[in-house]
Amino acid sequence: MGEASPRGALLDPLAIPSADPPDETEAPRRIASREPLSDALFRHSATGAGVITVAIMLAVGLFLSLRAADALRTTGWSFLTEQAWSPETNTFGIAAVLFGTVTIALIALIVSVPLSLGTSLLLSEVASGRLRATLVSLVDLMAAVPSIVFGLWGVYFLQAAIIPVSKWLSIWFGWIPIFAVTDASGQPFTDASAFTSSAFIAGIVVGLMVVPTQTSIMREAFSRSPIGEREGAYALGATRWGMIRAVVLPFGKGGIIGGTMLGLGRALGETIAVYMIISPIFTINWQLLKTGTNSVSALIALRYGEASEFGLSALMAAGLVLFLLTLVINFTASSIVARSRSGAESDD
Amino acid sequence: MTDLTEVLDLSDTTAPAATTIPDPGDAPDAPRRQVRGFTARQRFDLVGGGVAGMALAFLLFGWFAPLSGVIGWVVVAFACFLGLYMLLASLDSDAQDVFDRLASALFSSAGVALFGSLVFIVTYALTRGVEALAHPNFFVQTMEFAGPLDPLTVGGIAHAIVGTLIQISIALAITIPLGIGTAVFLNEVGGRFARFVRTVADAMTALPSIVAGLFVYAALIQAVTHERSGFAAGVAITVMMLPIVIRSADVVLRLVPANLREASYALGSSRVRTVWHVVLPTARSGLVTAVILGTARGIGETSPVLLTSGITAAMNTNPFAGPMVSLPLQVFDFVRSPEPTVVARGFGTAAVLLMLVLTLFLVARALGGRAPGDLSARQRRAARAASERDEQRFAMRRRAGSPGRATASQTPSAEVSS
Repeated sequence: MGEASPRGALLDPLAIPSADPPDETEAPRRIASREPLSDALFRHSATGAGVITVAIMLAVGLFLSLRAADALRTTGWSFLTEQAWSPETNTFGIAAVLFGTVTIALIALIVSVPLSLGTSLLLSEVASGRLRATLVSLVDLMAAVPSIVFGLWGVYFLQAAIIPVSKWLSIWFGWIPIFAVTDASGQPFTDASAFTSSAFIAGIVVGLMVVPTQTSIMREAFSRSPIGEREGAYALGATRWGMIRAVVLPFGKGGIIGGTMLGLGRALGETIAVYMIISPIFTINWQLLKTGTNSVSALIALRYGEASEFGLSALMAAGLVLFLLTLVINFTASSIVARSRSGAESDD
Repeated sequence: MTDLTEVLDLSDTTAPAATTIPDPGDAPDAPRRQVRGFTARQRFDLVGGGVAGMALAFLLFGWFAPLSGVIGWVVVAFACFLGLYMLLASLDSDAQDVFDRLASALFSSAGVALFGSLVFIVTYALTRGVEALAHPNFFVQTMEFAGPLDPLTVGGIAHAIVGTLIQISIALAITIPLGIGTAVFLNEVGGRFARFVRTVADAMTALPSIVAGLFVYAALIQAVTHERSGFAAGVAITVMMLPIVIRSADVVLRLVPANLREASYALGSSRVRTVWHVVLPTARSGLVTAVILGTARGIGETSPVLLTSGITAAMNTNPFAGPMVSLPLQVFDFVRSPEPTVVARGFGTAAVLLMLVLTLFLVARALGGRAPGDLSARQRRAARAASERDEQRFAMRRRAGSPGRATASQTPSAEVSS
């Protein structure tokens, strides 16, 4: 648009009044206060699209809550404390699956936060030019890789490769309860089969899946840190790491926290990769390296088919709790990110 | 204490405090500080540390540490490398510099680990898929007459490819008008209700995809159709994709410069013409990217489809009746089997899915990634040609409309204003 045709440059605004004096008799331009029909149509159809969207989404929320209410009325608060899942006998609760979900998500964060923090600092501070552009689009691409592909990799490659590490951890750090792998009588397991399908393995795979989300938010926050303060730090003789510690990390703090929490939200809701890796159990398993864990989404995928009307309502209640959890986390995260954005603008 | 009094004395004897600017003298500026890049010596430290770390890892790993396996070796080698690199760096620099170089090394290692694992995950699926992809029948046949024990020369995933295309088309047919329409509503109409819509759309991005599937399963399949179908799967994908598309389209539309809109209104165009001829064309590449990236996410989503589409081995092109399998679900179904050939089919299907997603992503990159108003060379040529045409059109109208004023054609500015 900026490059108009060369002949356009001939336009001379000064020539206008002399060539065509304003017509005194012409009535002043009427400024329409009534919108034309086409605009009214446009406004109504755009509003209609908004209304339909809200209707769909509220329908999901309302439907889930209404159907979940059946199950929740039966169990009351014991829904949050009961570990077993058998709606047929009216003893069901999400203590075990929620525990599994949260442990898998926390392991995922332990894997993903160092990776995404390092990578986003690499992208915003170390790499430059074409390399940076390529790596940034690689991160975006990673976010689009289907979760089933991660699941395949987790089951067929990572599981076998990670078992020695799990074993080593359990031998050397077995005195810490979460790293111990013992049978019912407290004897340590050494057999490799005791280490498969654990929360640890699922957590690593989910961690790799959420790294791209976290990286892109953190990188954006870091690259927004003000250039004046950066140059000030360099001018005072800081090394690059000194500058990052004094300027980039404090300014990007909101991005780090928000990105981590958004990653946590995604990790909690991940289904298929977790479902493929874990072997589902319905008890709380503190031994993270040992076979057997569970997650809310895996529970739904596992039980929806055989569920009765009431069983489905119980699954909806579990789904609703998961949804509320991710909802709170996402809203907190996006308000933190938004707040950090508004304060961190620089005027060069 | 003595130092302090000396300083105080000094300040007392000098003239009243004034800002003094040191004389810069005529010394030339010092050379620009190097904050990026390596010297040859640092590069040597890096390579030396790497080689020594690996050598030490071979030594330690074999005899001392009770670790085994590739991952353990990499961890040990990396720890050795970091220690040795710090040692080498500390030989010729101070502590600040050592920490700086350690930090750079850690950032780069995080990047290498991340991109390495991404490339590894993708190539792992692709290479293990080659076995099945090598047979052309994989793309044109279905699994209807192929059992789990049949060789790879029989059967294929044509039904899953068709199913994926039908389901994503249904999802797009709902998502594109509704998503873009909502984003236009958020930006062009606005108001209190628009803020509410934006909050609800943001909230729905938090909806776990399995819960979206469960919703469609209970609300549509159990209550209305009583059978799983491609249409139900399309609706489930829509529920999941819609917030993503709304959110990214909203961001793109917000980037359209306000002065373009104002210019259009100042020329007297109505709101609908402004949206149709100014806002949407300006944001076109961004909107296309938003839709394509949403599509890539929707295509790869397994969990909502798992609950809603059902699994079949036969071709089904009717989305309203009977189960219709899609690519990710077919992968999931294949790899649950203990038979190696069926698992190989699963990896082949995953490779097809991955290539589809990669293609979509590359198309999105080629089309999008430009800010509104930032035109490619071809678009600039097109814009220039369009304004040439406009000018010729004006000239023709001028000649036709005002034959009396022959001299006016020399001063086009006067004509444009009238």
